Amino acid sequence: MAMPLPVLEELKSLLEAALPGVRTELVPNGPVPAQASLRVAPTDADAAARFLRDDPRLRLDTCSNVTGIDWPDREEKTTSKAIVDGVEKETVEIRRVPGYLEVVYHLYSVSLKHGPVILRQRTANRGDDCTVASLTPVWRGCEFQEREVYDLFGVRFAGHPDLRRILMWEGFLDHPMRRDYVAPDDHEYEPTPHDEVLALAKAHYPAPEAKP
Amino acid sequence: MNRPTPESFVVRPRVDHEGTELEGDMLEVSMGPQHPSTHGVFRMDVVLDGETVVKLKPVFGYLHRNHEKIAEGTSYLGSMPYTDRLDYFCSLTNNWAYALAVERLAGLQVPERAEYIRVITAELTRLQNHVGLCGFLLQDMGALGTPLMWAFRQREKVLDLFESLTGARMMCNYMRFGGCRCDLPAGWLEQARTVVADFPAFLREFETLLSGNEILMARTQGVGRLSPELAVAGSVTGPMLRASGVDYDVRKVDRYGIYDRFEFRVPLGDHGDVYDRYMIRVLEMHESLAILRQALKGIPGGPVIDPKAKLRGFRPKPGESYGRIEGPKGELGFYLVSDGGPNPYRYRIRPPSFINLTLLEDMCLGRSIADAVIILGSVDIVLGEVDR
Repeated sequence: MAMPLPVLEELKSLLEAALPGVRTELVPNGPVPAQASLRVAPTDADAAARFLRDDPRLRLDTCSNVTGIDWPDREEKTTSKAIVDGVEKETVEIRRVPGYLEVVYHLYSVSLKHGPVILRQRTANRGDDCTVASLTPVWRGCEFQEREVYDLFGVRFAGHPDLRRILMWEGFLDHPMRRDYVAPDDHEYEPTPHDEVLALAKAHYPAPEAKP
Repeated sequence: MNRPTPESFVVRPRVDHEGTELEGDMLEVSMGPQHPSTHGVFRMDVVLDGETVVKLKPVFGYLHRNHEKIAEGTSYLGSMPYTDRLDYFCSLTNNWAYALAVERLAGLQVPERAEYIRVITAELTRLQNHVGLCGFLLQDMGALGTPLMWAFRQREKVLDLFESLTGARMMCNYMRFGGCRCDLPAGWLEQARTVVADFPAFLREFETLLSGNEILMARTQGVGRLSPELAVAGSVTGPMLRASGVDYDVRKVDRYGIYDRFEFRVPLGDHGDVYDRYMIRVLEMHESLAILRQALKGIPGGPVIDPKAKLRGFRPKPGESYGRIEGPKGELGFYLVSDGGPNPYRYRIRPPSFINLTLLEDMCLGRSIADAVIILGSVDIVLGEVDR
């Protein structure tokens, strides 16, 4: 029953032919070319996912793995050389590239025994608008995994039936898998602190005030 | 002093943890986290109508230590011993899944002898996991003590093999990227052959006493049914999926390592109930023994690690890889994203026991609370992996 999976370029054109208006982007993967992925806009994700699941050539009936990746804001430096008044000058331009959160889905076909097809969605930013479409209505197996991504990364899944924290407790505020997460100061007393623990201890216990 | 007065006992409308008012005789029970049947610290919020489950929400995270974050703060190799602590029953298969993902990312080759050792240790792991599970499942059904201890007696023999090979019974930390940490000690293969040769006698005995046992059949048949369609949609993997009759084994589908060289069958269930899940594990042990016999016969000599594999200063090229193996509990995958640095940029574990719990409520609805205990037992979870 094993059926070869169309290569990703072919799959992309299949998808775009079947769903006019849906744009996807191919994300190449250097070290493992077979595991390149397709990025789809959150507004199109549900339709694309349903196509991937129901198309008789693909039948990607199981969503094996769902995970998030955090790409924080970064600064991109571009140096350009220009000759000003006969003197070569180097100008450094710093451009701020806004970050985003990414959700990655690994899809497999149990009935046709092929895969993986990797689907990605991106949020608009890392702050007020980190919503992507939930694929739990398409693949039931995403339910707990999307809750985990919500819990640890703070990605909100529109259309998820039960979006609650899953590993951290209710009432926890932050999202610990984000790159800029700072662990709370829960330093415990240690008689001989050293290295990182010493730094923690110093930050935790303010220096005693000098006695007059 | 604030003592309760009779007036302070107000009869409030009874609600469940989500605030929904409970009708009639319904009752919400918080099962766990410290409950003998929950295999660790796991809780189920169960709403009961009499004894029948009408709602069940698993609650976990009691053992959560953010394994993934810790792994992103250390080198690739530094997480290898930590993978042992995921599913602490099956450290060798955890090692293998992680090594597979890294090898795919870095393009490393594994020498043939190391591939054989990996297959042998993985199948031994499957044996001891399944035999332990059968004992635990019977314990959950109320067969207290004897079957579990009996299963554990057999499991000890496999753990002795692990100890002489890796120095540890459970936290093996044995695989490396591009091979294994050390070669087999002298006489290990003979010892392993003896364990493998003795195992069928134990299985026969176990099966004679238990597989046809009337109480076990009455207690498990038709309980916790899972249809194949739902199982596939719910990303259920491993023996749970095959008990529902879906022919899907990553060893056959991906043929990772050298599994294409061995003759073995994939046992499938008919009903997808707890009894089928129990039987699948027993039958898988027979198949693992078949693989072990072939592997122990055919193991070649040679190095056990790729000489080009770098243990220090290991920096894979930027990119990502997903590696998965058929772990004893289901599909165990590692997803790694490299940014070219010494630490993984993103390190994700696909935990089979966590994902297999997605459909726990579907399996338990309409059954009694005593059945919920054995349905949970048949899922085969380890909280070290569920909570990570």
